[in-house]
Amino acid sequence: MLAALWLVFMVVPTEREMGIVQRIFYFHVASAWVAFLGFFLVAGASVVYLWKGARPADRLAEAAAEVGVLFCTLVLVTGPIWARPVWGVWWTWDPRLTMTVILWTIYASYLMLRAFGGEDEAVRRYAAVLGVIGVLDIPLIRVSVRLLRGIHPAVLARNEGGTGLVDPWMRAGLGVSAVALMLLAAWLIALRMQSARLAEEVAALRRQALARGGEAA
Amino acid sequence: MRPTLAILAKDLRIEWRTRESLASVLVLGVLLMVVLTVAHDPAPEAAPSLAPAVLWVSFVFTGLVGIQRSFLLERENDCLAGLLTAPVDPADIYAGKLAANAVLLAVTQAVVVPLAGLFLHADLWPALPGLLAVLLLGDVGFAALATLFAAVAARTRARETLLPLLLLPLALPLVIAAVQATKAVLTGGLGGAREAVAVLVAFDVMFAVAGWLLFAYVVRD
Repeated sequence: MLAALWLVFMVVPTEREMGIVQRIFYFHVASAWVAFLGFFLVAGASVVYLWKGARPADRLAEAAAEVGVLFCTLVLVTGPIWARPVWGVWWTWDPRLTMTVILWTIYASYLMLRAFGGEDEAVRRYAAVLGVIGVLDIPLIRVSVRLLRGIHPAVLARNEGGTGLVDPWMRAGLGVSAVALMLLAAWLIALRMQSARLAEEVAALRRQALARGGEAA
Repeated sequence: MRPTLAILAKDLRIEWRTRESLASVLVLGVLLMVVLTVAHDPAPEAAPSLAPAVLWVSFVFTGLVGIQRSFLLERENDCLAGLLTAPVDPADIYAGKLAANAVLLAVTQAVVVPLAGLFLHADLWPALPGLLAVLLLGDVGFAALATLFAAVAARTRARETLLPLLLLPLALPLVIAAVQATKAVLTGGLGGAREAVAVLVAFDVMFAVAGWLLFAYVVRD
């Protein structure tokens, strides 16, 4: 993470036309990758949970959804900071922006379902169903938003007319910050899974204690 | 197939005898159209271009209400539990419910669309075949997704608020594609709507199959 910060702010040359604010791109794009990875992780873990009924898979899906929404939020925050000086507006209904905000709402609603659905096994199944449907929706969103109008730069895909990253240090900066953010995300997911496991244990112990207390009385 | 038809017939018969959801959903559809148009306050010549958006927004919300009702109805007297104890594949229940909900949507549209033509001066007759195709595709896709999540929402604590939260973001690609397709159909025939119609077809197939496979996990106890 520190290496990424050092690379992005000290080593990578400043982009000619957009200036200093372009540096935010290294975190913006890397966060988007991490968010996507998180959402695919949710779907994978959800399939495993529906199929095998394994509790760790359910905890992984929940943790990945939380972290995915977190990084998706980062994308939506860093984007406008860059867009304001470059495009002149904070937000525009470009296909990629629309897609990101739709994804954000899908997985925010996933977290809502988890939060308000209740604690029992049924809600875990519902969440898994939503996790699978959500990822099926991604390609459809991608195609459908292209029916709208767009101006987002395609930095890596040259065939779409993007300029690409000219300096090798720029590529290195993006690579390192992507790895750093992925490690951060993995650590957060692990932490979140552990706390979910502990919470389940506490709940089980409390039920046991209550049952024992009932017998004594 | 037979259980599917039986459930379709059952739902339609209940609806025909009470006419409760149909009546409320119809009035709601017309009302939404009026509210949206009045809020936009379009100039007379700009009114037709408003039609696709106004139509689909009112269908999404009436569909939401109507399909939610169809599952709350099953909750009363534990009807769904009864259905599940019958020796029927849950996937067939899903298919029957989907068909009944799609019919309900189509009936609503049969009233709201001509009214939109009247209020928004949209010239519907020449575009009718294409328009019907787009409406039908939109119905099936929306019903496929809504049937699955209405079953989910009906069984959670925060029933009424949860369904729109779950459904609206997932249905956005359908809304975008349906509005674009309707726009293309109204201005120049089905040819210009090819891409949007492809999205609609993909949406229908994908979520009908996914719902058919996943419904068993939702209703299993």
